[in-house]
Amino acid sequence: MVATQETIDTLEEATGKYKYGFVTDIESDKAPKGLNEDIIRFISAKKDEPQWMLDWRLKAFATWKKMESPDWAKLDIEPIDYQDIHYYAAPKSGEGPASLDEVDPELLKTYAKLGIPLDEQKILAGVVAVDAVFDSVSVATTFRGELAKVGVIFCPISEAIRDYPDLVKKYIGSVVPVADNYFSALNSAVFTDGSFVYIPKGVRCPMELSTYFRINEANTGQFERTLIIAEDKAYVSYLEGCTAPQRDENQLHAAVVELVAMDDAEIKYSTVQNWYPGDENGLGGIYNFVTKRGACRGDRSKISWTQVETGSAITWKYPSCILQGKDSVGEFYSVALTNNFQQADTGTKMIHIGEGSRSTIISKGISAGRSQNCYRGLVRIQPGAENARNFTQCDSLLVGDKCGAHTVPYIVSRNPSAKIEHEATTSRISEDQLFYCQQRGISTEDSVSLIVNGFCKEVMKELPMEFAVEAQKLIGISLEGSVG
Amino acid sequence: MAPLLEIRDLHASVGDTPILKGINLTINAGEIHAIMGPNGSGKSTMSYVLAGRDGYEVTGGDILMNGVSMLEMESDERALAGMFLAFQYPVELPGVGGMSFLRAAVNARRIEAGEDEIDQLEFVKLVRAKAKHLSINDDMLKRAVNVGFSGGEKKRYEILQMALLKPVFSVLDETDSGLDVDALKIVSDGVNFLRDPARSMLVITHYQRLLNHIVPDYVHILAGGKIRRTGGKELALEVEESGYVGIDDAA
Ligand SMILES: Nc1ncnc2c1ncn2[C@@H]1O[C@H](COP(=O)(O)OP(=O)(O)O)[C@@H](O)[C@H]1O
Ligand SMILES: [Mg+2]
Repeated sequence: MVATQETIDTLEEATGKYKYGFVTDIESDKAPKGLNEDIIRFISAKKDEPQWMLDWRLKAFATWKKMESPDWAKLDIEPIDYQDIHYYAAPKSGEGPASLDEVDPELLKTYAKLGIPLDEQKILAGVVAVDAVFDSVSVATTFRGELAKVGVIFCPISEAIRDYPDLVKKYIGSVVPVADNYFSALNSAVFTDGSFVYIPKGVRCPMELSTYFRINEANTGQFERTLIIAEDKAYVSYLEGCTAPQRDENQLHAAVVELVAMDDAEIKYSTVQNWYPGDENGLGGIYNFVTKRGACRGDRSKISWTQVETGSAITWKYPSCILQGKDSVGEFYSVALTNNFQQADTGTKMIHIGEGSRSTIISKGISAGRSQNCYRGLVRIQPGAENARNFTQCDSLLVGDKCGAHTVPYIVSRNPSAKIEHEATTSRISEDQLFYCQQRGISTEDSVSLIVNGFCKEVMKELPMEFAVEAQKLIGISLEGSVG
Repeated sequence: MAPLLEIRDLHASVGDTPILKGINLTINAGEIHAIMGPNGSGKSTMSYVLAGRDGYEVTGGDILMNGVSMLEMESDERALAGMFLAFQYPVELPGVGGMSFLRAAVNARRIEAGEDEIDQLEFVKLVRAKAKHLSINDDMLKRAVNVGFSGGEKKRYEILQMALLKPVFSVLDETDSGLDVDALKIVSDGVNFLRDPARSMLVITHYQRLLNHIVPDYVHILAGGKIRRTGGKELALEVEESGYVGIDDAA
């Protein structure tokens, strides 16, 4: 379901600074700080995992130890002490609840504060099914019964490892290999939770699936792992939202997301990322280092990434598509907004392998304050990708004159029949536009929010309607204090 | 009672260039005043100074609305106090849906007045009703603000906003330029409909013909940053015939 014009037009007032910065006072069960084989065994035992999974993790750990921390071109980053992090934290009562009744009321309250309904009666007549991940464990997955009726599996990945080992074994690491990069290797060793989705042949998932990730504990990392498989002619729309409390120290979030789409299947994956961005002086905030990749394995398969990235101190993320199937389609719609001292280096990779494969990239970068915002994208056309097409549009909007916007497109074409178009623009919010809005009585901040949301419209309209309004508000909030 | 709008010996500069050089004007409630004058005489500058645009610096004098000086107020505050400017060149807001823009403007006033935000359906009905009188169709309402609008559409859209926001004092800056006869009729009917004993308007124009439709109580001739002559509506006819030649020296 795509948001209608009317819904997008519903720009409600955006108030308050980072609204999700509270800490839930709940007893937690944590692994000691540090990273070694014992910690990995501890996590695996906590999750009651089979031996093969533990072996896989240990192998990944051995791989990670041999790798070097990447040295990013555009990012200004403090070195991370990997031994100073808790790799596992769970609310004490929160381990594997069978139903919502068993979930700690404090947790339900937290999610209510975040605006995420876990109370099934209150979920809009079955529009959205929610999996909520609190620190390292999944605390509730709603509507599982409903989904099971049509054969859809939607559960925490730790459960899938126990209950659907064949599916997990077949696909985990098949799109993002362990050794893909430093953080994918780290994640493979220590991932704690995340969602698993399986849509069988010919099934259109009857509701939006969504996961909310929340980091609550101090000094913990969140390493979630999500795996979504859509069999032939299956369809699913999945959304993830993220928040974290306000803290002075940086926290690490290193996720891996893998998508697999078979013949004629379609996966729509949307993200509203609002991890704590740090304060206006650049203190604290989440390091968001994420590897997201989808494989269009089947002919005419389609994977669409839509992301609204407003949070995190540093975002490093390139949701990508491997377009293997004939006539397969990859899409990337992105809004990345940075304010104060935030840094974002985000974009996509479209790897065209199949004949007639097509991709579209629409990236809207907004920089305010002293932030740095970089679009980095790769379009690669392999020799076999006869008649492949790509269209890329990268627009940057600058708010103020102390921020930076950078566009780094890489294009590699090994097939002369390919058609690749790239357009890029950089603009500023004009004084004319601001004055026009203000003359109508709209405050400076609301005017900026309106104009910026207008700039992002092409991407926002791709979001599921339930989240479009929330995302619009988020943009307003994230820009507070950026003008005037 | 204080006049609705009073401009006292107003001097204003853009950058280091003085543009307005001592304007005096008193507009009582219910009155329509017209300002005519050659290109570059400072008409638009005056409208921006009244509306409080950044970069238009008042270097002397005062602007009072209902006896209260507006000089310390930001442009959005002046707007909420009832000041409206129909722009000579309305600005495009790419991607900003017309309805959300109009609603933001209406809600800003309601919030200021301590009221709840307007109900969605009620709002749509209200806009449609007002739009109909200005021959603005649904398609135009759905588009992004001023994007791809023709010159005439932009002007009608300005009047639609005026009708929705019910300002007590409006400045219409060359709302007639670029309009054909039919469009001129639609726009002036729209403006006349908003005439009210409690509201005043300052109509800036280049052409006398507009003043046949929107009949002013007073006509002022602005030249070289000063009001050189003031008269009734017949003054408009006079300048149209003889042009602005010599007006600069008349003061
Ligand atoms: N932004 C600006 N910077 C410098 N000079 C300006 C600016 N805007 C207007 N002016 C000058 O101010 C004078 C008055 O312009 P304007 O108010 O637009 O006149 P009118 O609307 O009567 O045609 C002109 O000489 C014009 O060149
Ligand atoms: Mg002018």
